Amino acid sequence: MAAGTAVDTSAAKKPSWGAAFTRSEALRGWTLLSPTTILMVVGLAAPLVIMLLYSFWKQEGLTLNTDFTLANYAEVSGKYYTVLLRSLWIAALAAFFTVLLGYPVAYYVAFHAKNSKFIWLILLTIPFWTSYLLRVFALRVIMPEELRATPAAVVIALTHAWAAFAILPIYVSLEKIDRTLLEAAADLGDGAVRRFWRITFPLSLPGVVSAMTLIFVPTIGDYVTPSLIGGGKPATFMIANIIQGQIKSNDWPLAATTAIVSMIMVAIAVYFFVAALKAASRSLR
Amino acid sequence: MSDMNSGDYIRIEHVTKRFGSFHAVDDAHFSIRPGEFFSLLGPSGCGKTTLLRMIAGFEFPTEGEIYIDGQPVTGVPANKRPTNMVFQSYAIFPHLDVYDNVAYGLRKAKLPKAELDRRVKEALGMIRMDGFENRRADQMSGGQRQRVALARALVNRPKVLLLDEPLGALDKKLREQMQFELRMLQQQVGITFIFVTHDQEEALSLSDRIAVMQKGKVLQIASPRELYESPNCREVADFIGTMNFMPGVVKSIEPKVAVVEVEGLGLINSPLPEDYSFAAVGSEVLIGARPEKLDVVRGAPHPGEKGVKGTIGACAYLGDRNHYQVTIEGRAAPLQVATEQGDRSTLASFSPGEHVTVSWGDNSMVLLPKS
Amino acid sequence: MSAQPLKKIGERSWGITIFAFLYLAFLYAPMLVLPVFSFADQKVIDFPIKGFTTHWYEEMFAKPEMHKALWNSIQVGVIASLTATLFGLLAAKAITRYAIPGKSIAMGLISLPLFIPEILLGLALLIILNVAGVTLSLLTIAAGHVLLCTPFSMAVLVARLDGFDKSLEEASLDLGESGWMTFWRVTFPLIMPAVVSSLLLTFIVSFDEFLLAFFLQGTEQTLPLYIWSGLRFPSNFPPTLALGSIILVVSIVLVVFAEWLRQAGTGGGKMKVGV
Repeated sequence: MAAGTAVDTSAAKKPSWGAAFTRSEALRGWTLLSPTTILMVVGLAAPLVIMLLYSFWKQEGLTLNTDFTLANYAEVSGKYYTVLLRSLWIAALAAFFTVLLGYPVAYYVAFHAKNSKFIWLILLTIPFWTSYLLRVFALRVIMPEELRATPAAVVIALTHAWAAFAILPIYVSLEKIDRTLLEAAADLGDGAVRRFWRITFPLSLPGVVSAMTLIFVPTIGDYVTPSLIGGGKPATFMIANIIQGQIKSNDWPLAATTAIVSMIMVAIAVYFFVAALKAASRSLR
Repeated sequence: MSDMNSGDYIRIEHVTKRFGSFHAVDDAHFSIRPGEFFSLLGPSGCGKTTLLRMIAGFEFPTEGEIYIDGQPVTGVPANKRPTNMVFQSYAIFPHLDVYDNVAYGLRKAKLPKAELDRRVKEALGMIRMDGFENRRADQMSGGQRQRVALARALVNRPKVLLLDEPLGALDKKLREQMQFELRMLQQQVGITFIFVTHDQEEALSLSDRIAVMQKGKVLQIASPRELYESPNCREVADFIGTMNFMPGVVKSIEPKVAVVEVEGLGLINSPLPEDYSFAAVGSEVLIGARPEKLDVVRGAPHPGEKGVKGTIGACAYLGDRNHYQVTIEGRAAPLQVATEQGDRSTLASFSPGEHVTVSWGDNSMVLLPKS
Repeated sequence: MSAQPLKKIGERSWGITIFAFLYLAFLYAPMLVLPVFSFADQKVIDFPIKGFTTHWYEEMFAKPEMHKALWNSIQVGVIASLTATLFGLLAAKAITRYAIPGKSIAMGLISLPLFIPEILLGLALLIILNVAGVTLSLLTIAAGHVLLCTPFSMAVLVARLDGFDKSLEEASLDLGESGWMTFWRVTFPLIMPAVVSSLLLTFIVSFDEFLLAFFLQGTEQTLPLYIWSGLRFPSNFPPTLALGSIILVVSIVLVVFAEWLRQAGTGGGKMKVGV
């Protein structure tokens, strides 16, 4: 404050909102946080709720019948379970292979890359930032003719596309491991392999779990990869292709239902995956 | 403001600060005079920094009120208070050079350019940092940053300067030099300094008055001399220097002295402190004695003093003095005694196992409540 | 103890090194296809390559629809990255600076767009825009991209603000500056690299985004939509590859720059930023 100024008590005299604002950290924090939170409530939560409502309505020709019905759910589970299961299966395989291939690379960068870590991390993330459409297309170009338009091709393309999402979380969890733990294990007589399975791997599991979920959840709804790789053939259709078809034929309630059912399946799958992994990690002692 | 007591520039009235159920500051109640060098002393986590931050306006009391210059300031944010602070980390703006750091507050006050320049130069001169105008934080040593932080605060001519452990990050030599400079600076600018530290020697050598805090409570507020000579409780005595604590029972209260029976030492006539309500006849109390207030002699105690026989245990040579642990029959804990070092002929005058007498005068003893 | 000697910790092993380089090759092989075939003098995208030509670049540049789509994408990207970075900055500041009850719930909600399939977001937005009677246009695409980009921006900025020395802002307040001016005089100059990095990354996310744009488009196309339509007809492949090669080079430059800024910006109080 400038020379000789007395205390400015204007804020203190009135027991106003301003004074409470100055005093309360929570109030100031929420004021700052609220615009983004409101954005997400309006732009994300509200649309999802309305979509949920739609799933209980019925499209009849050009009119929307807003009487409550479960007909859409019956239709989805009757008609689309093959595609739903295929989507789950493809997404699960993609997540698994991306992590399986990405783990050694993350390990290499964390433990062996030494001074070139930064370059490696940039090299590994650049593909992620370049056009997804063109990457998938280019992959299709170099694929053997007979592989195209198969679910395996979709898995390969996804494994390529999501590489960064596997490597980065695993790298972070490996990087966090205290190196003296490994020295302690060596000191206690563990060789390199046992050290890996008893120390490194269990400690990197959080990274593995977040990598798996980060890949599995969004790939279930992937549209570009099956469409481009499969060239529009139903053998590679995933759930997004179905939803896109339903939107095209203006049956939004059915599309909403399909989307919601697939999300419920994803949630269940993730839940069991995490539970299974927890059980498995207990056996690594 | 004519009714204001000039002795109360800052009044802390029953201030309590809770974080959740944790009492950071518990019912602090005192005032600070204008032009005073006032220290808040205590171990880390005792609430001294929280109290300072409440005066600065970064935290607000859960209960109670703080008055600056007679005005209640709760709800007044930091930028509207006549206080400036020197942060523990110094908080030198890393994107600005020394000149712009010091000019920061003046720019806000929209000072004319010439006046601003004059004030910045003057402040830099005061801390002997002229010529460093274009340095940045990462091009300065800890001591230099600390000076810049001082100049940046003082250039605004605050009524009160708040210092949050400003010397904590410096090495011992530099710290001692800065202590001296701080004291000079305070006398030069003549404003109130409120100084937070956990270093008792620092607080003793710098302050006019010290508030000793522990676990959120202010235990005692007094001049350094008073704190050292007449602590009001065991915690204060223990935190500031070393003290022998001897449990005893009050036998009688005479004018100005309490007669206390102490195990192994017999009857001790201890001067009564200002508040001796805790010392009723028959109640348990503590008798405290600083090691240097006791002496070790061969044979009889010093004339006019009392004494007790004992055996030298451990000895330590500390350069300017000797430390002895003297075992007294009938006492579990040995007495700590520090004797001043005379000329070289008297070096290490006692050795372990030697039978000696511990000698003291009545005024060496302090009467304390049995916490 | 086993008979074989213990391998030293952190010792380089050839197996994993070779694997890492092979993986890099797998990652980059398809990306090399774009520039290679964009200069190949043939209509069919297949080996062997018959000759060198810049014809496809000329053809691509000659298309007015491409120019229009590019310009649309830039507009959408600029709006989305600016808006998302503003929202991301507010949230990141709130999260790192204040103890707020219910913070984790709000953070979870803001990060949600990263965790739900885009098709779901696209469909939900399509329905609500329809209910609200909003005409689909470039603006609706930009709005969708704001939702998608905000969590990216927040993540980048939280990483930078997390290590921010709170006492720098307190020092400014203490010196008499208001909260708002403290932000402009102290906070913003110090987090500028992260803000620029957030702007670049969110711009790239928006620039490359296909599925939301596919759902929320009106009559105007963005570049990915234009590429998508180009990929449906084999005769369009070579010019599309030419366009892809250019996008590839530009995004590599932008990403390296953004990453470099982000790294430079995490140096704590030690870095130097001109004002």
